[in-house]
Amino acid sequence: MRKTLLAAVAAAALMLPGAAWAQGGTIKIGILVALEGAFAAGGQDGVRNVELALKEVNNTIAGKKVEIVVAPTDTKPDTTVRMARKLVEQDKVDFIIGPLSGSEGIAMRDFAKTIPDKVVINGISGALETTWVDPAPNFYRFNLDGSQWGYGLGTYAVKTKGWKRVATIAADYSFGYTNFMGFAVDFCKAGGDIVQRFWQPLGQADFGAIIAQLPDNVDAIYLGLGGTDAINFLNQYQQAGEKTRLIGGTIMADQTVLTARGRAKDALKGTPTSGPFAADNTDPAWTSYVKRYQEAFPANQRFPTPSLFGLGYYVATQAAIKALEAAGGDVSGNQAKFKDALNKLQLDSPVGKITINENRQATGTVFINEVVDGPDGNLTSKMVGRADNVTQTLGMTPEQFRALGLPSRNVVDCAKLRAGG
Amino acid sequence: MAMTDHAPGFVNRADRKYWFERIPAQWWALAVVLVFLPVVANNFWLFQVMGWTFILGMIGLSLMFLAGYGGMVSLLQMSIAGVAGYMVAILGSSGTVTVSLGLAWWIVIPAAFLIAALFATLCGALAVRTEGIYTIMITLAIAAAFFYFARQNYTIFNGYSGFNLVLPPQLFGVNWRDPVPFYYLSLALAALSYGAVVYVSRSPFGLALQGVRDNPRRMAALGFNVMAHRVAAYALASVFASVGGILLVWQNAQIAPGTIGIPAAIDVLVVAVVGGMRRPLGPFIGAFIYVILQVFSPDILGFFGFSAERFKLIIGLGFLAVVLFSPDGVLGLWDRWRARRQKRDDERAGGAA
Repeated sequence: MRKTLLAAVAAAALMLPGAAWAQGGTIKIGILVALEGAFAAGGQDGVRNVELALKEVNNTIAGKKVEIVVAPTDTKPDTTVRMARKLVEQDKVDFIIGPLSGSEGIAMRDFAKTIPDKVVINGISGALETTWVDPAPNFYRFNLDGSQWGYGLGTYAVKTKGWKRVATIAADYSFGYTNFMGFAVDFCKAGGDIVQRFWQPLGQADFGAIIAQLPDNVDAIYLGLGGTDAINFLNQYQQAGEKTRLIGGTIMADQTVLTARGRAKDALKGTPTSGPFAADNTDPAWTSYVKRYQEAFPANQRFPTPSLFGLGYYVATQAAIKALEAAGGDVSGNQAKFKDALNKLQLDSPVGKITINENRQATGTVFINEVVDGPDGNLTSKMVGRADNVTQTLGMTPEQFRALGLPSRNVVDCAKLRAGG
Repeated sequence: MAMTDHAPGFVNRADRKYWFERIPAQWWALAVVLVFLPVVANNFWLFQVMGWTFILGMIGLSLMFLAGYGGMVSLLQMSIAGVAGYMVAILGSSGTVTVSLGLAWWIVIPAAFLIAALFATLCGALAVRTEGIYTIMITLAIAAAFFYFARQNYTIFNGYSGFNLVLPPQLFGVNWRDPVPFYYLSLALAALSYGAVVYVSRSPFGLALQGVRDNPRRMAALGFNVMAHRVAAYALASVFASVGGILLVWQNAQIAPGTIGIPAAIDVLVVAVVGGMRRPLGPFIGAFIYVILQVFSPDILGFFGFSAERFKLIIGLGFLAVVLFSPDGVLGLWDRWRARRQKRDDERAGGAA
């Protein structure tokens, strides 16, 4: 009998609309984040950074207490939409911060259209389409997208390094195309030439066929792979006795690759990469953020410095806090005041000033890094340049940018861009 | 694999009652609860929890039909559901305008069923030549091949990103993706599928299939075509999987290779095993447990003060508990409890006499 009663009470509690808690003095934030699969570690850093940003304001925004609900995903878009629906309908959150990966972002763009009264602030997903193709009016992205992350690297390769002919190997999925596109637009406009493009399916370990086909007469190879794929390529490439210079995509020279054992590392020295941050940036906004991050969590429960994913969630939370303060903490009705404040926001983030455009997509700074020997024998990255005010359309007009087409294997036409079209 | 009770196919003429009298009271109670659920439950429960339960239940049901009545454990059912779902996205309209053909729904849906049935029949024809663990292996292999194919093929399946904005047709002026219409749609289709499986299991074909399961040699000696019965079972089961697959695409408004990956194929097996493969109700119970665990495990963890990132732990422990305490699923637990009570009542009655 007691068990039945308990079950009934539990069932009733689950059925109860959670609205009662969300009203009054609290703001409820749903955190949509991948905590399973390839990005689990990055996702955990995302959660940490949301907590950090909120702790800095004492978990209070405009006099209201902040509550967070974490909804874990596995980077599959259907799971993401399910969890988002749970956050909105079951947990009755006021707005959502997330998701983490590209295809989740596109799914959330479409889901956001079904909840026009709630704000969704992107976590760190970087697909171009999310805020470019038919964007949702309530979906905001304060991080740069994958193609923006690649911008500035091409100019650096051509102008500073003098590398004009490259072959490219990139991951055969949306992020691979998008990140490559940002590099290629910039590289071709600066006068570079892409002689051959290879696309490798995710998680495919054998690069033998590609390595055999790589042309000899190139200045460098652009490598748009990440994690174990990058390590596998580098090892096989070294074993094949090949040696040329590399240019890295945004996720290529991350900690997994830099700290990997084996010969993969030897090929990496002097490789320029680009992305939304530079670990050794000396800007006080960045150094103080890193310090706060390191002080907030014990060393064994965090990364040495914030990850790409952590940074994304931190900036998103910061944007939400700033905008809500401007809106007086008003999340009622269709959140018009909150949305208005987000649209007008000039965010002083750890990675510089961020504003958003008419598609609610961030304009900000891209950092150019180069892989160098670190003090502890490991490789590390060193900031060698930055490109400020990188827009969604990569410095072109929206019409010009639209004419390039959406990221895919054949975008962009290098010769045409080089000729100035 | 003798998993199913022999269907009570022969009823004494004198005992014959009207069909509604033969349905026990519990069933009527369940029906009333399900029909009137929208009065009390919120949209999340209707659309997400119950909708997903019915969908998974139907895909699980197709596996239960094959495994329970045919003795063939197939890991292919999610792929078949995926074929139907993909076809709806490819032939109908979606956000990926370069691939989707945008045909009318009355062409798309029958075509989706047909193509899925064709796929199931072909794969079935391959798989029925094997027994036991080899059937599992070959169906797993086909499921894996289809997953990688869908992920790497861009001209038809649009690769890694798949299709989004796949919406159901606006029939009779109803938006079928609204929680209440979607709930009734999935409930009705689940009830129909359930009824169909019960009916088929008592039909000559169903009885022959159970005969094939229990003793294929004897059935062959009696003149039944064993292979044909098994392949036909695959084709029939594909219908239930297809219904689930199409509803799944409509519910998520999208389909991508992740939807039909190996974990998803295993999930269908888990759903059927946890619920119990002896009766068609099992997969639906399994699906309900699965969905509740999937949706609420982060909250359960949070309630006990653990971090939400360990949510898969609860799901795993839940399934472990069910399989450990009742190898034939939750329904098996229920059967044993009823048998024990029956025995106790009998003893008491015996003692009094």
